[in-house]
Amino acid sequence: MVQLQEITMDELKHLVSDRAIAGETMVLNMGPQHPSTHGVLRLMLELDGETVINCVPDIGYLHTGVEKNMEAKRYLQAEVMTDRLDYLNTVGNNLAYCLAVEKLVDLDVPERAQVIRVILAELQRIASHLVWLGTSALDLAAMSVFLYCFREREMILEILELVSGQRMMTTYIRPGGLWRDVPAGFEEAVQNFIDYFPARIDQYEGLLTRNPLFIDRTKGIGVISAEDAIAHGLTGPSLRGSGVPYDNRKLRPYSGYEEYEFDVPTDDRGDVYARYIVRIQEFRESLRIIRQGLARLKDLEGAPVRSSNRKFVPPPRSEIGTSMEALIHHFKLWTDGFTAPKGHVYMPVESPRGELGVYLEGDGGNRPYRVYWRTPSFAHLQAIPLLSKNHLIADLVAIIGSVDIVLGDADR
Amino acid sequence: MNEKLADVIQTLKDEFKAEEIVFRGEHTLLIAPDQVADVCRRLRDDLGFNVLSGITAVDYWPEGEPRFHVIYLLFALEENLALQLRAPVPGENPTVPTVEGIYPNANWYEREVWDMFGIKFDGNSDLRRILMPYEWEGHPLRKDYPLGYEEVQFTFNAEEIDAKKPYAQE
Repeated sequence: MVQLQEITMDELKHLVSDRAIAGETMVLNMGPQHPSTHGVLRLMLELDGETVINCVPDIGYLHTGVEKNMEAKRYLQAEVMTDRLDYLNTVGNNLAYCLAVEKLVDLDVPERAQVIRVILAELQRIASHLVWLGTSALDLAAMSVFLYCFREREMILEILELVSGQRMMTTYIRPGGLWRDVPAGFEEAVQNFIDYFPARIDQYEGLLTRNPLFIDRTKGIGVISAEDAIAHGLTGPSLRGSGVPYDNRKLRPYSGYEEYEFDVPTDDRGDVYARYIVRIQEFRESLRIIRQGLARLKDLEGAPVRSSNRKFVPPPRSEIGTSMEALIHHFKLWTDGFTAPKGHVYMPVESPRGELGVYLEGDGGNRPYRVYWRTPSFAHLQAIPLLSKNHLIADLVAIIGSVDIVLGDADR
Repeated sequence: MNEKLADVIQTLKDEFKAEEIVFRGEHTLLIAPDQVADVCRRLRDDLGFNVLSGITAVDYWPEGEPRFHVIYLLFALEENLALQLRAPVPGENPTVPTVEGIYPNANWYEREVWDMFGIKFDGNSDLRRILMPYEWEGHPLRKDYPLGYEEVQFTFNAEEIDAKKPYAQE
């Protein structure tokens, strides 16, 4: 049994200024149960009145040892843990993991599966941005945006439920393709959503973009230059809000993203407002990608959605009754799993928050030897002290919201 | 292979006697642990690798010698090149120089590797545990650290396991 020890101020002395030691400034805890910290995040603040002099994030409250657990599971079993990391980007986490496995074992993915993956990943991006928009507007006391955002998010969760049976923990994307083909009504549901959603984006913009209260709270707050943002590890919309067009869908394309036409929105201002503008524009770009994906899906009607490489992907049920080999493969894959060669790969994808990378190492066995999740929330939390220096506590709330953190993603 | 990346790798091979590993089109350089900071500085200042995506480690206990590999995931934004560095570190008092002065975001990654693997980063300004509680003993991602499953109770051993369970004391 581990005994809880008291941490003395001495051990944290190097994190605060001399004024805190002299008692001129105040050291205060924010969180871990503060509504604006978006989960269990504790910030140790050194305050001069209401001004933040130093901010020391303390994370790990949601640490569940996913990386350690994945080492003890077979490649296919380990996938269910990936949903539970970033619970707002479940499809994206599955995708990153499956792409890493596919790269490690050199497995092909049929085109139809790739198109469906892209459509779902973009829907998930919209859903995640909706939660971000709703909650960060709520932090700034814009209550109604939150309700509208969650209403639209529900439509996406219903689409995920339609394809996988689960609203959030889908595990629908599998190494070598998908669990199964999309059911009837999928195209219609997605079409329905992309017809409905553009008017809703305008509605959110009407509530916030030119709202003087919102502008007061966001413009010129948490400014970071492009150089600093790169050096401090920001990625995704948070970096693009500083004018750097770093998007892994463009730079290191996967799942056929290079064949889609879309822009990477950027904004040079580098403040909370710029990051908001970038994400709003990303809604529209995601819709563009989904629209192209739906058109492609029509041409690929009836095409396979799982690789035919039976060493890695189980055969369809219908083959098991007639083929001896199919039965053997089925049995082998579900009892023993497949093996991956000795070697290591790093697979970065663009999650709604930024660069989500999976470092996967195989040792020739049927379990991953090491999985490392390079997660955007972890990187962004590290930049919060820099972003919030010399701002008011109320602005700190806006800044935490603007870098879009999910604690499950940061703590793993 | 990209010509610019080939140049970078050749430069590092010449200057630091780095060894190259290629797997699935990814290039990894094996370097001595005491050279990590020098290699990173050269990569960032002269060769355009301005993004540190992450730092992690792998434990090759019990067979592997040296026991750990510390891995640096680097990216050159302008040129769109990716490169990994690996530094083999022995299991006895593992230490690597920090790269915090070169990539500011290395701070937390190094703290994470210290927390999870017990590898020290010489010169890191704030080497505390980050994910585990401060008073935690051991480093969970080491291969000799047990996963800690709860023992399954059967009728024949239910009481024996029950006696070991940490119930709240009166």
